Amino acid sequence: MSFPWAEHYEPKLPLMKWLDERLPLPRFVYNAVGAGYPVPRNLNYFWNFGVLAGLALTIQLVTGIVLAMHYAASAGVAFDSVEHIMRDVNSGWLLRYAHANGASFFFIVVYIHIFRGLYFSSYKAPREMVWLLGVVIFLLMMATAFMGYVLPWGQMSFWGAQVITNLFSAIPLIGDSLHTWLLGGFAPGDAALNRFFSLHYLLPFVIAGVIILHIWALHIPGSSNPTGVEVKGPQDTVPFHPYYTAKDGFGAAVFLLIFAVVVFYAPNYMGHPDNYIPANPLATPALIVPEWYFWPFYAILRAFTVDFSIPFTGIVIIPAKLMGVLAMFSSILLLFFLPWIDTSPVRSGNYRPLFKKFFWLLVIDVLVLGYCGGSHAAEPYLMISQIATAYYFAHFLIILPLISTIEKPLPLPGSITEAVLAKARHTTGTADAVAAE
Amino acid sequence: MATEVQGAEAVGGEGEGVRRRDFINIAAVSFAGVGGIAVLAPLITQMNPSADVLAQATTEVDLSAIQPGQAIKAVFRSQPLFVRHLTPAEIAAADKVDASTLRDPQTLEERTVDGKTQWLVTMGVCTHLGCVPLGAAEGEVRGEFGGYFCPCHGSSYDTAARIRKGPAPKNLQVPKYKYTSETAILVG
Amino acid sequence: MVRIFGFLVGAFFTVMLVVSFVIGAYNQVTEPPAATVEHEFLQHPHAISWSFNGPFGKYDKAQLQRGFQVYTEVCSACHSLKHVAFRDLKDLGYEDAEVKAIAKNWKSKISEKNPVTGDVTERAPTPADLVPVVYYAGSGTPPDLSLIAKARHGGADYVHSLLTGYKEQAGYKNEEGKELLKEFPDAKTPSGLYFNPYFANLNLAMPPPLVSDGQVTYGEGNPKPTVDQMSQDVSAFLAWAAEPKMEARKATGFAVVIFLLFGAVLAYLSYQSIWSTKEH
Repeated sequence: MSFPWAEHYEPKLPLMKWLDERLPLPRFVYNAVGAGYPVPRNLNYFWNFGVLAGLALTIQLVTGIVLAMHYAASAGVAFDSVEHIMRDVNSGWLLRYAHANGASFFFIVVYIHIFRGLYFSSYKAPREMVWLLGVVIFLLMMATAFMGYVLPWGQMSFWGAQVITNLFSAIPLIGDSLHTWLLGGFAPGDAALNRFFSLHYLLPFVIAGVIILHIWALHIPGSSNPTGVEVKGPQDTVPFHPYYTAKDGFGAAVFLLIFAVVVFYAPNYMGHPDNYIPANPLATPALIVPEWYFWPFYAILRAFTVDFSIPFTGIVIIPAKLMGVLAMFSSILLLFFLPWIDTSPVRSGNYRPLFKKFFWLLVIDVLVLGYCGGSHAAEPYLMISQIATAYYFAHFLIILPLISTIEKPLPLPGSITEAVLAKARHTTGTADAVAAE
Repeated sequence: MATEVQGAEAVGGEGEGVRRRDFINIAAVSFAGVGGIAVLAPLITQMNPSADVLAQATTEVDLSAIQPGQAIKAVFRSQPLFVRHLTPAEIAAADKVDASTLRDPQTLEERTVDGKTQWLVTMGVCTHLGCVPLGAAEGEVRGEFGGYFCPCHGSSYDTAARIRKGPAPKNLQVPKYKYTSETAILVG
Repeated sequence: MVRIFGFLVGAFFTVMLVVSFVIGAYNQVTEPPAATVEHEFLQHPHAISWSFNGPFGKYDKAQLQRGFQVYTEVCSACHSLKHVAFRDLKDLGYEDAEVKAIAKNWKSKISEKNPVTGDVTERAPTPADLVPVVYYAGSGTPPDLSLIAKARHGGADYVHSLLTGYKEQAGYKNEEGKELLKEFPDAKTPSGLYFNPYFANLNLAMPPPLVSDGQVTYGEGNPKPTVDQMSQDVSAFLAWAAEPKMEARKATGFAVVIFLLFGAVLAYLSYQSIWSTKEH
């Protein structure tokens, strides 16, 4: 956006000139995703995931709006209305499975997108705002997904809502009032269901708005790239269209292919059978678990089993339940501070060997936390969660700052083009073909 | 010299290459376009009546309990349905009228099944603005012409449920129906 | 500033977690939780090769009809099927007239309450109606069966294993040869319940519903109604009841996946051609 060699929009057709003078939308699109937006030429496939997240959101919006035409948000009929959609509405089964699995795919894509950001330090100056807005989007996504899962009013819907809203009562002083205010009652019921439906419909549009800000903030400095070295000149970039429209098109095709295989051939794999049982406030399921994308946070929540109290007295300063809640929220909130925690001037993990090792440890750690979150809150999962949670906080709050100071990074390439040419020479050995262009 | 030739060949090749490259791009985008349109299909058809609504798309009415001079109100596709057993006097009154003088010219024969002129099956929805006319139930006002009377704006229908007086433009609609036996009809 | 505060927060959580870990580990070592009878003796359902398994699987209509017959004659005494409408039975291969007859002759009626007088009238179901709810007066709550194949891990396999899985508790040994009543003498099946190692709690309130061969009489051209056969048939029927759209789903999936495979190839070739002149 701020690159001086960017192509300028020049409308040729009289209609386009007329429009450009009155409401420059085509110019806006041209400068955002068209030939007018230069992008580093060396982006790898991990850079596809932002667009894929946008595609996933679009799928959710479209299927969601259409499902809302048939869904009834009242505790007595919600479950039946979902079955009505599955059995009687034309293509209803397809819309429902697409929406339910679409949520899972949205999270898969966003998690990869976030980990790309962690590895390549996309959160560093001058892109801190992009990162902060991204964390906001993630929080909104979690709220939306949580409320959406309550809507079918199955056993897991009800009991998941029960457990998570009960967390709020752990907050000292205001906890209980906050809890009843959120629910509009003493337990999840009609009041909660109706307001969750209203907010579930609203929040995705809020997410869309924040995404616009997110992309706007990105387009000021432009995209980062796998070397972490900033763009130096026109030889470092290619116009977004057609280069990245084509690459994103391919990425989208692969995403849709995997999505289709799941929706059509394994639509209930990522779900829980208990949610096909109508909600029964008098019968607790054997194991209450949220959807898989919340499992790491669920593990962190349950990892704290000992109150923070003054030893040898009975005085509890912070009960274990509250610590769990604080830790769970902190695990996401600490992401807001990442640009100021990791102060290494080198961005890309490719040139930070020590950082790289700990990064992969973090990935394994999060996967382990996820596995524990889906299991019973019993040994050995509790002990494993405790170690894994400790590592998670240690990684961001202790290890990263330390690494920033003691690490010896590898020498950076002088420019993006230099890195690309070096790779070309390494792979093809033909300097001529490259030099010719 | 050699480079010039090479250059020319390269340009010529470029030209060929551009056309071939364009083709694959156009093919890919068109394919995506077809996919996009295909995606629209379920999004649009989901708004059509669902299977449970379609199951209500027909109504069976048992005629055996309706005495001559009586009518019943049934429901057809969530709307009122009037089924009336006409007396010979009512049939004669309807036939006496010259159909060409009517606002909506139709004879009683045209509005009933051959040989079953005594059974008048119509919607119970006034063709003016949609109110439910009176006259089907016992004791309800039948209006000046002995058929139905709409209290909203005063439309009066005759014994063949044809509009005779008042603002309604058309006769009460006769839905599609057939006799499944001597004493039962299937509407819709 | 941020880093110092962050460091302290991180240190706090880490310390509390280590304390939790140590105490948990200590408890685990000194009083390890006892093995439970459910954990030791719960059996996993055995896998059946259903006609509807796999990406090209289809329901066997004749089997579904037999299964429906078993449901009607055995299960519907206690279990509802309230999400299935009589008109849905056309999927099983019945003609319109047959469906109408099944509905009309259904053993329970639809009650309708007059909103003005409060009078309750009963009428025979029509094809448009859902199967009337069954109110079970005995002990326990027989679940509605419309979704049972999706509401349990193992699906149709579980239903079939459960129905044929009732065992004598006395002398029952699991696969490792451990005898239940020897390991857990307190775990005797309470009276009124029946021992079934496929059920999560091992003892369930439903008595074995299929007890003898020929309990249901199948028409000509059908296999013999052994307990195993009847169980498989009703399990297949319940799989259909939970997912009547499965065949449409798999057929549409085939077309969509082929389309997207081709589309991905085209997209890749387009991507390659556009980037062919640019090193990246």
